[in-house]
Amino acid sequence: MRGHGDRAPGTAAARPTRGLGDVLAAELVKIRSVRSTYWTLLTTPVVCAALGFLIGLSAQASLSSGRNVSGSFDPGFITFYGITLGQIPLVVFAVLLVGAEYSSGTINPSLTAMPRRSTFYAGKVLAAALVVAPVSLLSTAAIFTAAQLGLGPHSVTLTTEGMTRAAVGAFLYLTLIPLLATGVAATLRSSVLSLGVLLPLLFLGSQGLGNIPGVKIVTQYLPDQAGMLILFTAPLTGNFARPYGPWTGVAILAAWTTAALLAGHVVTSRR
Amino acid sequence: MIEVRELTKTFGKTIAVDRLSFTVRPGRVTGFLGPNGAGKSTTMRLMLGLERPTAGHALIDGRPYRETGEPLRRVGALLDASYVHRGRSAYHHLLWLARSNRIPSARVKAVLEMVGLEGVARARCRTFSLGMLQRLGIAAAFLGDPPVLLLDEPVNGLDPEGVLWLRTLLKGLAAEGRTVLVSSHLMSEMALTADHLVVIGRGRLLADVGMAEFIERSRATSLEEAFLRITADATEHRAQPEPGR
Repeated sequence: MRGHGDRAPGTAAARPTRGLGDVLAAELVKIRSVRSTYWTLLTTPVVCAALGFLIGLSAQASLSSGRNVSGSFDPGFITFYGITLGQIPLVVFAVLLVGAEYSSGTINPSLTAMPRRSTFYAGKVLAAALVVAPVSLLSTAAIFTAAQLGLGPHSVTLTTEGMTRAAVGAFLYLTLIPLLATGVAATLRSSVLSLGVLLPLLFLGSQGLGNIPGVKIVTQYLPDQAGMLILFTAPLTGNFARPYGPWTGVAILAAWTTAALLAGHVVTSRR
Repeated sequence: MIEVRELTKTFGKTIAVDRLSFTVRPGRVTGFLGPNGAGKSTTMRLMLGLERPTAGHALIDGRPYRETGEPLRRVGALLDASYVHRGRSAYHHLLWLARSNRIPSARVKAVLEMVGLEGVARARCRTFSLGMLQRLGIAAAFLGDPPVLLLDEPVNGLDPEGVLWLRTLLKGLAAEGRTVLVSSHLMSEMALTADHLVVIGRGRLLADVGMAEFIERSRATSLEEAFLRITADATEHRAQPEPGR
């Protein structure tokens, strides 16, 4: 009884799954066919550029008036500080990619059409990365350019010491944080829960959670705190000092992202 | 052909499907009946690999669903018409499904025309009525022109024209030699559509017989009467008259 099947119309067309490429094609159709994709992806470079310009402008005013007595002008951090807010729409995009499957119930037809859990998940993460990376690159370019406009006479170039490293770091940060968000959403299977965890983490982080003396020993290893170190071009002192270097910081963030994506894989495969 | 063997699924202490065995054969419409909570939807989810069985197995054309390559070309399923992203159009819902199984885009247009949604193909699903969502779900099931069809309550929300259309379609597909399993609570509709019945209650098999024999055996005059008799002891949710009436 097994194996021979009952040949009926349509059977002849069935071929073995070629896998990842087909899942990727399906996921890209999903991404381009909902409005939230467009507003989240357009908002990111716009917010980055606007904040870059404003922060640059305020730094310029402060430098020009000679009030910057501490002498701690950090062009890298001034330029890229705006990504702490600019990352939010990108994180929302990355969360909705997975969360909307569960809230709408489309996870059921998704898994019926793509029954191999690992392939389905890998395709989804790959689609996220392929969409996030160019937006992240564009946003990094936008914030850099806008911040230099704001800094005016105090502007720097990529040849200024540490600036190329900071720019690469900003791109990596803006790419790794959303992928972390995709992993978290796949693990929690809910947009609301995921944003409830991620937004406070990323907002409190930007408020300097890593600099509070008592909890710093732990919080300095949080994904955003570790990934942001590379944005600084001047040496860090006091509470801002870290026991790890800029690239190690990026590696710590990458480790968090990997862990979240693996957790998402475990949860997706269990179904 | 769908083979269900000793299929069991428990959720905590609840036994949703209890050592269920039956075979759905090609060439006829098989009605899948049972009271609310009997385990029909869980059984269908198990067939599609959306739940893992606690014991036993379900095979479609000799293979577990999860091991089927390009499954939409082998099995068409409608589980719940609401499983669509409300912000996505009907066309794009079908397009991502098609891409995932290398089904040509032309087929998307064809199934949209087949279910009568071509005029609203580009409208967002949030503007759809239940009947329109149901038509979209049926279109998705037919996308891969599959030899096996699993439809859970496909008649829900359809207008009279839609009900007649679906009935004719399902009978025609069975006549072509396809395997058609369709669940419904509408006994009068089922009496007109199905040739064979699989009836379950509390996760167990109550009957696996031809339509005429099922009615005859219960000494009933209609499918509804026969169904109510056979499921009398297996009905979990029963409405009670309001006190004071």
